[in-house]
Amino acid sequence: MSKRDLTMVDGNEAAASVAHRTNEVIAIYPITPSSNMGEWADEWSAYGRRNIWGAIPDVVEMQSEGGASGAVHGALQAGALTTTFTASQGLLLMIPDMFKIAGELNSYCLHVAARSVATHALSIFGDHSDVMSCRQTGFALLSSNSVQEAHDFACVGQAATLRARVPFLHFFDGFRTSHEVAKIEVLNDDDLRTMLPDELIRQHRERALSPERPVLRGTAQNPDAFFQAREACNPFYLACPGIVQETFDRFAELTGRSYHLFDYVGHPEADRVIVMMGSGAEAAHETVEWMVARGEKVGLVKVRLYRPFSLHHFIATLPSTVRKIAVLDRTKEAGAVGEPLYIDVVTALHEARTDGISSFDAEPVVIGGRFGLSSKEFTPGCVKAVFDELNRAKPKNHFTVGIVDDVTHFSLDVDPEFDIEPDDVHRGVFFGLGSDGTVGANKNTIKIIGEETDNFAQGYFVYDSKKAGAVTISHLRFGPRPIRSTYLIRRAKFVACHQSVFLDRYDVLEYAAPGSVFLLNSPFGPEEVWDHLPREVQESCASKNLKFFVIDAYKVAKQTGMGNRINTIMQTCFFAISGVLPREEAIEKIKGTIKKTYEKKGMEVVKRNFAAVDETLANLFEVKVPAKATAKLGRPPIVATEAPEFVQRVSAVLYAGKGDHLPVSVFTPDGTWPTATSQWEKRNIALEIPVWDPAICIQCNKCALVCPHAAIRPKVYDPKLLDGKKPQTFKSTPYKGKEYAGMAYTIQVAPEDCTGCKLCSVICPAKDKSNPKHKSLDMMPQMPLRELERENYAFFLSLPDPDRASVKLDQKGSQFLIPLFEYSGACAGCGETPYVKLLTQLFGDRALIANATGCSSIYGGNLPTTPYAKNRDGRGPAWSNSLFEDNAEFGFGFRLAVDMHIRLAQEILKRLAPKIGDGLVGELLNADQTTEAGIASQRERVTILRSRLAGMNDPDAKRLEAVADYLVKKSVWMVGGDGWAYDIGYGGLDHVLAMNRNVNLLVLDTEVYSNTGGQASKATPLGAAAKFAMAGKAIGKKDLGLMAMSYGHVYVASVAFGAKDTQTVKAFVEADSYNGPSIIIAYSHCIAHGYDLALGPQQQSIAVDAGIWPLYRFDPRRIAQGLPPLVLDASPKGTKVSEFTKTETRFQMVEKVDPKRFKKLCEDAQRDATQRLAVYKYLAGLTIPVEGDGTGAAAAEKE
Amino acid sequence: MDLSTKYLGLDLAHPLMPGASPMVDDLDTVRRLEDAGASAIVMHSLFEEQLVGDAMSALRSVDAHTESFAEATSYLPRPDEYRLGPEEYLEQVRKIKAAVKLPVIASLNGTTLGGWLDYSKLMEQAGADALELNVYYLPTDPAVGGLDVERNALGMAQAVKRAVGIPVAVKLSPFYSSLPAFAHQLDAVGVDGMVLFNRFYQPDIDVERLETVRSLRLSDSSDLLLRLRWLAILSGSVRGSLACSGGVHTPMDAIKAVMAGAHAVQMVSALLLHGPKTLKSVLDGMRTWMEEHEYESLRQMQGSMNLQKSPNPQAYERANYLHILSEWRG
Repeated sequence: MSKRDLTMVDGNEAAASVAHRTNEVIAIYPITPSSNMGEWADEWSAYGRRNIWGAIPDVVEMQSEGGASGAVHGALQAGALTTTFTASQGLLLMIPDMFKIAGELNSYCLHVAARSVATHALSIFGDHSDVMSCRQTGFALLSSNSVQEAHDFACVGQAATLRARVPFLHFFDGFRTSHEVAKIEVLNDDDLRTMLPDELIRQHRERALSPERPVLRGTAQNPDAFFQAREACNPFYLACPGIVQETFDRFAELTGRSYHLFDYVGHPEADRVIVMMGSGAEAAHETVEWMVARGEKVGLVKVRLYRPFSLHHFIATLPSTVRKIAVLDRTKEAGAVGEPLYIDVVTALHEARTDGISSFDAEPVVIGGRFGLSSKEFTPGCVKAVFDELNRAKPKNHFTVGIVDDVTHFSLDVDPEFDIEPDDVHRGVFFGLGSDGTVGANKNTIKIIGEETDNFAQGYFVYDSKKAGAVTISHLRFGPRPIRSTYLIRRAKFVACHQSVFLDRYDVLEYAAPGSVFLLNSPFGPEEVWDHLPREVQESCASKNLKFFVIDAYKVAKQTGMGNRINTIMQTCFFAISGVLPREEAIEKIKGTIKKTYEKKGMEVVKRNFAAVDETLANLFEVKVPAKATAKLGRPPIVATEAPEFVQRVSAVLYAGKGDHLPVSVFTPDGTWPTATSQWEKRNIALEIPVWDPAICIQCNKCALVCPHAAIRPKVYDPKLLDGKKPQTFKSTPYKGKEYAGMAYTIQVAPEDCTGCKLCSVICPAKDKSNPKHKSLDMMPQMPLRELERENYAFFLSLPDPDRASVKLDQKGSQFLIPLFEYSGACAGCGETPYVKLLTQLFGDRALIANATGCSSIYGGNLPTTPYAKNRDGRGPAWSNSLFEDNAEFGFGFRLAVDMHIRLAQEILKRLAPKIGDGLVGELLNADQTTEAGIASQRERVTILRSRLAGMNDPDAKRLEAVADYLVKKSVWMVGGDGWAYDIGYGGLDHVLAMNRNVNLLVLDTEVYSNTGGQASKATPLGAAAKFAMAGKAIGKKDLGLMAMSYGHVYVASVAFGAKDTQTVKAFVEADSYNGPSIIIAYSHCIAHGYDLALGPQQQSIAVDAGIWPLYRFDPRRIAQGLPPLVLDASPKGTKVSEFTKTETRFQMVEKVDPKRFKKLCEDAQRDATQRLAVYKYLAGLTIPVEGDGTGAAAAEKE
Repeated sequence: MDLSTKYLGLDLAHPLMPGASPMVDDLDTVRRLEDAGASAIVMHSLFEEQLVGDAMSALRSVDAHTESFAEATSYLPRPDEYRLGPEEYLEQVRKIKAAVKLPVIASLNGTTLGGWLDYSKLMEQAGADALELNVYYLPTDPAVGGLDVERNALGMAQAVKRAVGIPVAVKLSPFYSSLPAFAHQLDAVGVDGMVLFNRFYQPDIDVERLETVRSLRLSDSSDLLLRLRWLAILSGSVRGSLACSGGVHTPMDAIKAVMAGAHAVQMVSALLLHGPKTLKSVLDGMRTWMEEHEYESLRQMQGSMNLQKSPNPQAYERANYLHILSEWRG
């Protein structure tokens, strides 16, 4: 037997490692937090890694989890060892097939990183609501609680299913286990072969459908047969628990790690016991041991095999002394008697008593409680609170723990100070920026400690919900014993703050234990840094007696050519100060990991990192901490004092990272949240912001159009408004066009909301003729400008906006309309948000937006901030996210309801005409709302109508009041990415287009699944590398536009704002005005393309010039005018496809791996582009016969 | 006719070879060059910017987005055999070595002393028979003096010489205050040869968009004259061998270069314009001319018209300047 490696991996990799080696077909679809399992599998197969039988597993990406599950079912039926990975909504989509797979007794082990199912809100984090939704499918449910167990149970699940024929769902907690990095002993191939004997594989093959021995499955059965046939599987379910225990036993023999269907931990004569499953059981395990050591009679049952539930094994596990049991469920089943595990335990105890197998001295009292929904912290304090509750004479049933429920008062009180972590466990907390590489370096650090020392080690990483300027917090533990602390560190011995600005926003030293080390990256040296700390930080340093170290890591990074990557520098500081390893040895190990990480990226990167490490120690200083705080100023308030009450009370707490403290009462019961809150979160993440030079500005407003964050805006206004009021540095210049003659014009940056992406400056066409390097917008350091521009921006916002009716709806004019989507958490330089923002400028005050899950729903609606905003009248987009897969249908529902309301309003209007007044009713019914002026007039009429209705005591009048607003034209939009439109939601999208109702679909096409990390979609272009298409996609992008055009009645546009913004705006206006379905496919550059997004618009232009992104509008209204419905809006300039591909890593990667193949792919892409264009050109010359014109044939128009 | 020559210690059948250009990216072209009779293959340059810039920009635009967001710890796949510019280049060296029997001269192009120079070692390991170090540098900083520029280039040459055992040539620009003095210093650090000269790609101006634009002008025979002068001046006074690069389009161009002192004659523009076979016609033309003029060997005329041997050496010196100008006036 070959030896086993000890390695540091996360739960996803641990599970996938076994799944990939023990399967032949892997059908996948990305979904957080399970995506990485599929990515690992795909990567290993692409590298040629073989399974234990010598074959390279076939990894196939499907169009949805439903598709993946269907493919799995088919592969199983055809006899292949098959698996997949999923979570949450993905698992729900698999349920129909799961019933089938179980009903046919297929041997199959599915791996799930358990995650919340979306209810009042989506959450990517961990709980068991998804797994619990599968209880009725007939799958065995096997729960692993740690990274090692995720690895072990992946094997046990696979082995047991082959023997039992019951399919298995092996699950572990999303993020807490799937993303925790921990030290595990890796099962080698021999181990896996021992656990999976060939005989079982042979039997699986024999059950396969084969024309050589034909059988039929999937019959339709009638009342005479179905029931009995359904019961025929019973023996398999009855045998299953025994088989799992046997498998556990064989596994224990092999590895020494012993597991049981139910594992008991604690006092042998415990009177109080907790029953639970998942990672929280590890925190409970740790707490129970601590309490037992202090003389308490408590215990814990870890449920391993939840389905089939073995009554006998369960009862046998509990000590007979048990008096009280608390069953903890990591899920909520609203309206049920109790949560599922609780009900099962109650039932089990009842049945045991009835069956006479109950061994208890007295029948135990059972209570149930909920914990840990959406990765809510579950700490030893929570465990203690549960045991304390059990001690009460009448313990609270159906409690919650870990939150404060001040509405229904179900929650238990938890002692926030309760702490059981032993002193010999080292704990470090590191605050970093996503872009500074902190997490990557910390992963390396914990790997060094875990793999190069005898320590057990654990790394867990917390990310925020922003994509630009994201804050990361790394929690590292290591010590001499296995680490079961499945919760965040609260008292660290080492706290590092890699960005000094965080000290103004977060209570970083809240994590510092007395006497611990505080390491700060600051531009100020050891002598000055103290005076630049907020008072609260000084107070913590003094009162906790911290050892304080400072380094100017950015200086070291700059000196060594590392730009803003300070990760290896801060990592070196950690090793130097903590003394985990002797300094020299630590530096050698750091360099080893640097070499491993960056070797493929070039020697220079390695050398520069080495230089940064070498320079670090000379720049690391200890700071003398005065006895008490000396600063007068404390941390600035989280939000401005003028922010609305809700923002002060709720949002600000979330911004500060203290949301866990918010009680139930601050939340609405249905998930409703106010819009327009992003304006209060001033993030100040830009190092540089644009500075406007009015003297050379040509007033084109292009800067505002491209800004992804609505952080640069133009305005025209009466110059008199400046008199005596304008801040000293506020800039203004006379407006140059005729339409606003005599008015003043300003371009203003929102200094604290800008992300510094440079798009505005790059797109700015106005150059100084004497010094073309100087543009009307130059990037300058933000810090010195912050105060002045903040004041200027406030003044700018206070100036009135032009009357919408006066604004010309073209590229320039559209930018005078206020954006009702602002300061989102999208990536700096995002290529999607300029379209979303434009949508809100043009139609936001009357728009309903259905948003498919993905990037746009995350930057659109991920708390704590909501970027959809309101205008001065309080109007703005009403927005909602249903699912990933149903967005077209969801938005279609909006349309149906709106149309219903309109019809209802019109009918009542007609009925009430005599009372309301025929004149007003006539005007309301026949209003022309094709222009902004028309819409404004209709709003006035509705106001008059409301005032007349107010005085009427007629039931119809009340009914009309409720729907009167719908008399003003509404614009219904479905927004989503290519993953939705091309793949998972395509069926619905196609159907909605076919319905011929007035809806608008905006496809933000980044050509990959951006939000989950760049997996290939059917929009991925030929030749591009993406996850699941590592070698470069070999077939062309699906032509969604052409497919939509084939209906004939659908308005279709293909746009790219960076190539032709005038055409983009025109397409949006036409789509809205078209009284039928419209779809706009919008080219969106993305970080997943791998280049500096400041060049995004330039890349868009090249894509258009090379013919790979044609710009067109297909307007069915033109048919009636005798014109060709398709208009091509740009003629390709003969630019080679290679001009486009040479800048983007997604293509370059393919070239570097296989230049010959890439050359061929490029040729294919060039040919595809040419052919596609030829088709479009032909279509653009075609007129379609108008109904009844008798010609019967299309007349080709000469170009 | 003995056309053999010795360049960078390599015994070559004749002096004609393709200069550094993208032609060698394609193995078929390399074979066609061999068929056309090339005496060696000079690879296109591996640029410092490729080695450093690409790596650092990938770090900025790809790595900066990793480990930042809970739903995606990365945004691009991680191929196992991801080959960066240098690895592809080294692979190409190996492939060319395997495809043809000719000596292969690899080329590095950069301006600073740094880690990128270590690639010279890898080029040697990949099978390169010699190296051409291109020290293309455009000083734009007034604080950088002529001596600084030379010291830097010397440092790079020295670093490469220390790193490898194969011969090293330095490809120079004509813009040195005293090329002979600098050439002697290169000689002193053990450089095995010099290539005269780099051709600078001069940017053009787009007056509408107020931008500089890249432009590529291929050489013609008029570019040769500058090379002839400096070959003649250095020939006989430096230890290392000399190559002429730039402006050789005809057999007469090549003969002049050899007479001025070139041990090797590199051609690029002519081959790009008319294909590899041009090399053969130039070679045939040289041979014919030499036969017609009763030369016995190439070595007989190598450096025959250099500064030391030329019957009117002032033509290469300043005196000639005044003379030409007055003729123009006349």
